[in-house]
Amino acid sequence: MTNELLGIALIYGLAVLSAYPLGKLIAAVYAGRPNVMDWMAPLERLLYRIGGIDPHRRMNWKEHLTALLTLSGVWFVYGFILLQTQGSLPLNPDGNPSQTPDLAFNTVISFIVNCDLQHYSGESGLTYLTQTAVVMFFQFVSAAAGMAALAVLFNALQTQATDRPNNFYVYFVRSITRILLPLSLVLALILAFNGVPASFEGKDTVVTLEGDTVQVSRGPAAGMIAIKQLGTNGGGWFGVNSAHPLENPNFATNVAENVSILLIPMALVFALGFYLNRKKLALSIFLVMTVGFFAVLTPSLTAELKGNPAIASLGIGQPLGSMEGKEIRFGAAASAFWGISTTATSNGSVNAMHDSMTPLSGAMQLLDMMINAFYGGVGVGLLNYFIYLIIAVFISGLMVGRTPEFLGRKIEAREMKIASLVALLHPLLILAGTALASHLRVNAPQADWTVRPAGWLSNPGFHGFSQMLYEFTSSAANNGSGFEGLSDSNFFWNYTTGLVLILSRYLPIVGPIAIAGLLAGKKYVPESAGTLPTDNATFGLMTFAVIFILAALSFFPALALGPLAEYFSLP
Amino acid sequence: MTPSTSSSAKRVARPHRSSLFKAALRESFLKLNPALLIRNPVMFTVEIGTAVMLLVTVYIALSGETDQGTPGYNFAVTAVLLLTILFANFAEAIAEARGRAQAESLRKTRQETPAKVLPADGGFSPDQVRVTSSAQLRKDDLFLCETGDIIPSDGEIIEGLATIDESAITGESAPVIREAGGDRSSVTGGTKVLSDRIIVRVTTRPGESFLDKMIALVEGASRQKTPNEVALTILLAGFTLVFIIVCITLQPFAVYAGTPITVAALIALFVCLIPTTIGGLLSAIGIAGMDRALRANVIAKSGRAVETAGDVDTLLLDKTGTITIGNRKATRFYPAPGIAPVDLIRSAALSSLADETPEGKSIVELAGPEMTRELSTAGATLIRFTAETRSSGIDLPLNGSARPAGRPNGLRIRKGAVDAIRTLVRRANQTFPEETDAQAKAIAANGGTPLIVTENEQVMGVVELQDIIKPGIAERFERLRKMGVKTVMVTGDNPLTARFIAAKAGVDEFIAEAKPEDKMNYIRREQAGGKLVAMMGDGTNDAPALAQADVGVAMNSGTQAAREAGNMVDLDNDPTKLIEVVEIGKQLLITRGTLTTFSIANDVAKYFAIVPALFVASIPALQQLNLMRLHSPESAILSAVIFNALIIPMLIPLALRGVGYQPIGASALLRRNLFIYGLGGLAAPFVGIKLIDLIVGLLI
Amino acid sequence: MKTHIGPALRLTLALLLLLSAVYPLLVGGIARLAPGGGNGRTVSILGKTVGYADVGQSFTQDRYFNSRPSAVGYNPAGSGGSNKGPSNPDYRKEVQARIDTFLNHNPGVHQAEIPAELVTASGSGLDPDLSPAAARIQISRIARVRNLPPDLLNRLVDECTEGPWLGLFGPEKVNVLRLNLALDQLK
Repeated sequence: MTNELLGIALIYGLAVLSAYPLGKLIAAVYAGRPNVMDWMAPLERLLYRIGGIDPHRRMNWKEHLTALLTLSGVWFVYGFILLQTQGSLPLNPDGNPSQTPDLAFNTVISFIVNCDLQHYSGESGLTYLTQTAVVMFFQFVSAAAGMAALAVLFNALQTQATDRPNNFYVYFVRSITRILLPLSLVLALILAFNGVPASFEGKDTVVTLEGDTVQVSRGPAAGMIAIKQLGTNGGGWFGVNSAHPLENPNFATNVAENVSILLIPMALVFALGFYLNRKKLALSIFLVMTVGFFAVLTPSLTAELKGNPAIASLGIGQPLGSMEGKEIRFGAAASAFWGISTTATSNGSVNAMHDSMTPLSGAMQLLDMMINAFYGGVGVGLLNYFIYLIIAVFISGLMVGRTPEFLGRKIEAREMKIASLVALLHPLLILAGTALASHLRVNAPQADWTVRPAGWLSNPGFHGFSQMLYEFTSSAANNGSGFEGLSDSNFFWNYTTGLVLILSRYLPIVGPIAIAGLLAGKKYVPESAGTLPTDNATFGLMTFAVIFILAALSFFPALALGPLAEYFSLP
Repeated sequence: MTPSTSSSAKRVARPHRSSLFKAALRESFLKLNPALLIRNPVMFTVEIGTAVMLLVTVYIALSGETDQGTPGYNFAVTAVLLLTILFANFAEAIAEARGRAQAESLRKTRQETPAKVLPADGGFSPDQVRVTSSAQLRKDDLFLCETGDIIPSDGEIIEGLATIDESAITGESAPVIREAGGDRSSVTGGTKVLSDRIIVRVTTRPGESFLDKMIALVEGASRQKTPNEVALTILLAGFTLVFIIVCITLQPFAVYAGTPITVAALIALFVCLIPTTIGGLLSAIGIAGMDRALRANVIAKSGRAVETAGDVDTLLLDKTGTITIGNRKATRFYPAPGIAPVDLIRSAALSSLADETPEGKSIVELAGPEMTRELSTAGATLIRFTAETRSSGIDLPLNGSARPAGRPNGLRIRKGAVDAIRTLVRRANQTFPEETDAQAKAIAANGGTPLIVTENEQVMGVVELQDIIKPGIAERFERLRKMGVKTVMVTGDNPLTARFIAAKAGVDEFIAEAKPEDKMNYIRREQAGGKLVAMMGDGTNDAPALAQADVGVAMNSGTQAAREAGNMVDLDNDPTKLIEVVEIGKQLLITRGTLTTFSIANDVAKYFAIVPALFVASIPALQQLNLMRLHSPESAILSAVIFNALIIPMLIPLALRGVGYQPIGASALLRRNLFIYGLGGLAAPFVGIKLIDLIVGLLI
Repeated sequence: MKTHIGPALRLTLALLLLLSAVYPLLVGGIARLAPGGGNGRTVSILGKTVGYADVGQSFTQDRYFNSRPSAVGYNPAGSGGSNKGPSNPDYRKEVQARIDTFLNHNPGVHQAEIPAELVTASGSGLDPDLSPAAARIQISRIARVRNLPPDLLNRLVDECTEGPWLGLFGPEKVNVLRLNLALDQLK
């Protein structure tokens, strides 16, 4: 057990240690300061020239959003067509079929919005062409779009106007050329040299020692796995994602991949500090996120190491903890840690099956996604946190007797309206979606669909409810992991979660950027002794309370009926 | 309460408690009207919930259905919900009633006063005077007031001078002088003329005086929400929507889990979760803020002004009357080299005998009766202070009776500031002694004002005038500094004097040798840096600056222009009132913030009361969430809604009084309030609900 | 909107070339130098590939160290876990059945000695490893079936046990394919 705990300590330590210098680099990249990646400039110039983009044009917040939404629109059309025709396109050595319209809709949305909810299995649901030119491509650009959106926020939060780059395409292209692509290349090679396939060879046929003839799925997986982790995408090459021995062959790759999951979300927090020259603010945000992270990690870790009480009641030992759905090479600790990392960062890749984890782990993973801001997805995590921050600033500003202000700008009715709407959206999508599914499951179990509601759930009772809750929570958090026992590749789930995905991606980007845009247009109020400092422990505590109370209050009944009821019902 | 507000005791007597209570009680029922209640989204949803519960109760009673619990239980829930709304309405009504009563009692003094109206041309003879009621007065009417008359309306003196007793409005018994022209020309309705006769032009239309505006501000119909109140209402509406979603979706969840929920339980959960505590008290808090301002004898022209006051970064204060007591006093004579002290004293006294300014009087006082008794200024020409000469004095005739021995010729005695006198002396080709210059500088450096006295352009010496700093003022500035408010002293004094007084009184900055436009420029500069500026003023000169300032408090004794320009009027004419106003503004916001926190923190305990109660029948495992070990599901739900209702009236006194402000630094204050209202809000309902459950458990 | 469509289209095309062609080809190209040449590491005996080093195989015969239960029967064309929730009654029955089967095949083993990982399915369904404990508990059966001294098998398991990464991090494990190959070598 000591080695298992040391293993996760190593992952967390490495992530923080590398996130700090990376944050510094990211800040320099967005601020246009000289940095070690300047040798990418010629490639960027080439991309601007091909795109017909003037990188010096300055944009206001509405133009930034228009650029983001237009790009997304183009990607949607492109991906939707390719997925529905992939069966007859080249690079399909295994002869996989085209996707149905509802599945293609869900898949393309899911990858454009950086969620990577997969209602298909990689081995049979995609071809090498769509894996690389649709899925992996979207993993790069959706991550870059999220990061660029955050860069827009950074720029808007400056206390005075500067001549730093203020162009969406510049943020977007640089996120790829200077951060995502180089890091992915490094990680992909680490994986490839540890045995992850990287060639375009199709399935291999092998006769096993016991004499079975089996086919082994392969393909250029290393490159995609790298960006799926770094870009908090999470969509794996193989069906079981990073639990698959060819995606994640040993503990070393597990460390590399799990560090990559946390790396950029953490680095972006530091980048905020370097960009705005408010290191203390960044540190306090980082600490709040860290406290939150460990607060959800601890119950999950404890429960997984302790094992499943239902198994214990059968009279067998669980020295390694709960092992259903887990791999020996990772163990219970690293699986629980990954589970929390992936739900905290909106990544969604898994190295163990969440559906089979203990109820407390399920509850913590759900809570992580309901909060969706403990580090959070690349770019969007901090954008989500910004909404909590605005609400915390507002309430605590009142408590000290001053019109609330953040970074020298007053928070007024319009900002509160946007913040409230965005904060409202998350529970709305999760709870309304789950309510609809529950309703259909009870009242229309035999509805005439390919998979009837009666056949949706692989588990009865509370856990079945958790499966539906998890699917909508994962969609609304743009996470992508699942309680995979849910039969989700069908009309109902493809369309409903697809819709949830669109709303839950764009509104939480539009909202904070609009707030920041409005704030930037306001008069800057210098700080005085009466100003509430937003970069110390007291305010951190306040933010933490707001985050927990908001999430707890919105989701407590749902959690009580799902994982908590299951937890209390176990022997 | 701050020390400064304790003086309000002597102010307007408070209306009787029980009459207020009765009026508010009646109002609470009238406010059930949905058309009125919709302004408060939180309570409006409670009303809808109550209506639904009423229907359910009636249905159960008639149909005898048993799925939804007993009729008695449903009726109890309905009644408690109704009580919740009534309590919230009562909070608002009592705050309104108090504010209205406060304003009415002020207004009472000015109603039904006879007015002696004059023809519009202004010329008058006694037979043209028409006596009418004050209510009949129109704007720009002229009226006459003589000794013993009550002034019927706010207005501006266009002719005459009078001593006026303003104690009815200000509680200050010393009479004041008001005269046509200048900064002291306005009079307030309800005050009494003690002597002389004035002609006054009505400046406000009846129903539009400041008090009328104030009354409108506290009354429901025309009350505008302040920007901050709007923002908070949005947040609270957001919370309410979240809980609508939570409760609506809970129904299908529960059906899936095979544990259907009764309507009563669902609505009880909803009402307990939405922020009814702050929702019910929000408008009361706002009105109480205005009321506190009114009790400090400050009439705010808008709720926004009170709210803004809490945000003020910079406070502009006139030195005289605010930081120092009234005027300067002569404290010492310093003769020039070769001049006998007695000669200097005589010159100074002579030049001041006819000088009615406080400074002049203090010089005569300092010279002493032995010296002044033998002096006379008969036949002398008084030289008034003018902006060009910046000195004053007296010219004595050549052979006047006052001619002192050994001085055959006429005398020109002048006294004035150093640079003014220096010019005078130079022009007459006299020398200005270096010793005197040094002495003057020394006086200035000590916070005094040097006044040079000359006789026929020969420097006689220096009179030292000293400012007396008000006792306790330094502590108040220290308090302001801790609040994050920068204090700026505005004075006509030279920079040396100003610096000394500034340091002694503890202000952060000063504007010396200030001209009226300096104030304006300073305010603009501060505002350009994003600061909110408050100032107090009374003169017409001050009007532009009062209008420019974010919080402009005009003194009631000031000119009409000043009173129109500011967004508050101080009936007491007390320049330190600004400090009180800032604290009232802060209290207002703090009360909102802390009660919001309290209200939301309450939800945690309510969840632990209701959620297990909802499901425990079919999911016994969830009994483990029943942390409070409540008696039964029904008693748990009833206890939660009862607690939720009772907490509103329990907090009304706090909402009306306001949560105290302490200048201990923003973070410390947040920590303190988070501890009391956050942690308290978390813990209180656990205790409260458990206690109520013990009682309810006995009854069902 | 209109002014952004052109750039969006052209930038997308350029990035497709960079990210979906140049990048994977570069990774694939360099990976040729990696063990297995970027196709995954295989294990061969006498030039015949008997499996992928990292991909688990089904071992159900008593003469081999059995691998963990798999929801997909160790078919590496796909992958999958059981996705059974911890409280699922069917799942409990399934595990009970596995325990019973194991006890049948391993007489003399007490129920309390069975490590849970041996009766629970892995996440991928392709778990290539066993815990050392799960390997050891099978020794007496294999010793009996193969007529080998248990000490030898114990040593074999020790030899095949891989310690934590860098001696510090993560769990110990035994690769079942490697162990069974070594077992076959003993003859």
